[in-house]
Amino acid sequence: METLEEIKARIEAAVPGAKIEIAQNASPSQQHSLKVDNEHAYDVAKFLRDDSTLRLDFCSNVTGVDWLDRTVKQTVKVKKIVDGEEKEVAETTEVKIPGYLEAVYHLYSMTHKHGPVTIRMRTADRAKNVCLPSLTPIWRSAEFQEREIFDLYGVQFDGHPDLRRILMWEEFEDHPMRKDYQEPDDYEYEPTPHDDVLEKAKRHFAARPELDGAEKITGGDGSLKR
Amino acid sequence: MTTTVQTIEAMERPPVSMGSRLEGELLEVSMGPQHPSTHGVFRMNVALEGEIVRKLKPVFGYLHRNHEKIGENASYLASMPYTDRLDYFCSMTNNWAYALSVEKLTSIEVPERAEYLRVILAELTRLQNHVSLLGFLLNDMGAWGTPLMYAFREREKVLDLFEWLSGSRMMCDYMRFGGCRVDATPEWFARAKKIVDVFPRFVDELEQLIVGNEVVIARTQNVGKLSPELAISAGITGPMLRACGVNYDVRKVDGYGFYPRFKFRIPLGEHGDTYDRLMMRVLEMRESIEILKQAFEQISDGPIINPKVKIRAFRPPVGEAYGRIEAPKGELGFYLISDGGPNPYRYRVRPPSFINLTILEDMCLGHTVADVMVILGSVDIVMGEVDR
Repeated sequence: METLEEIKARIEAAVPGAKIEIAQNASPSQQHSLKVDNEHAYDVAKFLRDDSTLRLDFCSNVTGVDWLDRTVKQTVKVKKIVDGEEKEVAETTEVKIPGYLEAVYHLYSMTHKHGPVTIRMRTADRAKNVCLPSLTPIWRSAEFQEREIFDLYGVQFDGHPDLRRILMWEEFEDHPMRKDYQEPDDYEYEPTPHDDVLEKAKRHFAARPELDGAEKITGGDGSLKR
Repeated sequence: MTTTVQTIEAMERPPVSMGSRLEGELLEVSMGPQHPSTHGVFRMNVALEGEIVRKLKPVFGYLHRNHEKIGENASYLASMPYTDRLDYFCSMTNNWAYALSVEKLTSIEVPERAEYLRVILAELTRLQNHVSLLGFLLNDMGAWGTPLMYAFREREKVLDLFEWLSGSRMMCDYMRFGGCRVDATPEWFARAKKIVDVFPRFVDELEQLIVGNEVVIARTQNVGKLSPELAISAGITGPMLRACGVNYDVRKVDGYGFYPRFKFRIPLGEHGDTYDRLMMRVLEMRESIEILKQAFEQISDGPIINPKVKIRAFRPPVGEAYGRIEAPKGELGFYLISDGGPNPYRYRVRPPSFINLTILEDMCLGHTVADVMVILGSVDIVMGEVDR
């Protein structure tokens, strides 16, 4: 198979305007990946699938990764004038990398029996701009797996034919695979939550009187409403 | 409350002719989650026109316990026994897929004897998985009990071997990073050889039950056809894919373990229907027996685990790896991201039966309700793996 650099050059020739970066993987597995920009991801995926030498027709694994806000220390050598002399001084600066959600696709070719080529897309942040283009129209196997990412990570896939929760139930509110997920209360062993557990549950879930119904039946003093 | 008294005339039903009267009238039926043929807690929302399926949406998650989150909060080794619970029919292959991914992530060498043991146990797993699938499928088609008991009798022999070796029939927890946990004794090998030697006779018997069986043919041929193009696009793997005639087996393509050392063939189907999927299992069992016989001859003495692998304070270098194997149900993969800590930062399971369910609707459309059960049975799902 071609090297990632060659694939990158060919994508950039075939899809004008596509911004591709090679994300290095330091592990001995040597599985480096291509970071694709969201605007051109659909076209890039189409190219990867349809190109005759690559023919990555089998999208094996689709998954999400949650990256929290990070601070990375960077050491830069800066020229400074110290005591009237110009010297090179190593300066450590802390760079804040805002968090984002990532979707990772592992692609193989069933025609040529090669792979994997890993592509990844990133959302702008973790709170509001969590949209990514759906690649389900290219590879059908992404259908359930993108639904799972939507369910467990909260990534909105634009263009997905049927974006619903898949493993959690429809009424569930949060995204459990996120790194900062707080479990609401342990209803598994607390059939009637009280004290600490109830407080924790209240903090987590806003009151929904229309669903819970308890407020409607009883008045404030505990008497039954007529 | 008011009640209406129904007259006798109103209760009399008009004559039903399935073709004309029910045309266009859709009835929504929720099949499952508690149903013997769904093989676990699995539900299908089906829109029926008469008896014909017009729409089908699988609903699952009843067994969801967020396996991946638990994996991210546990150390690498602590997830190993937990992988047994994914596809609880095939704990050995689950262990292998996970060990393989971690070995990729950290570049651990596996000793020769351990690789052979892994192949032997994976192929034994394939035997017992396919045997029980065929039993269940015949059960779904109305052959109540008897074929399933035949199948389970044979499966029990293999499970006895697993118990002898690992101490547990189904939750084996046998493999470790860089090898296996305990060595097999010569007595174990003698027993395993004996079981493998007589196994083809049982496969013949089971095949006889299926091949020419009128009921099986009527229920499975031309039912749930799947085109190779759709199968590839939908990421279908394992016997289901090969039943469509696509020659793709991770054992051959990746050549992981010692599979390149064995001579075996990849059975391929022609029509991609349920019958082909059934027969694919029978043929794969025969190839597994061939691999097992070769492995028993080739295996030699030696260490079974790489002594350099740390058990405590096991911290893979920063990076990521995706490893996959050919599990009995399809391609089982593990995707791991390490941040240098004792737990994986991201621990992802690529479950074959979850992704094989993607095209359940496409296969069932236009067939009757009774066929849905047979088609679902031929997909070979295990809810422990689908829901994780």
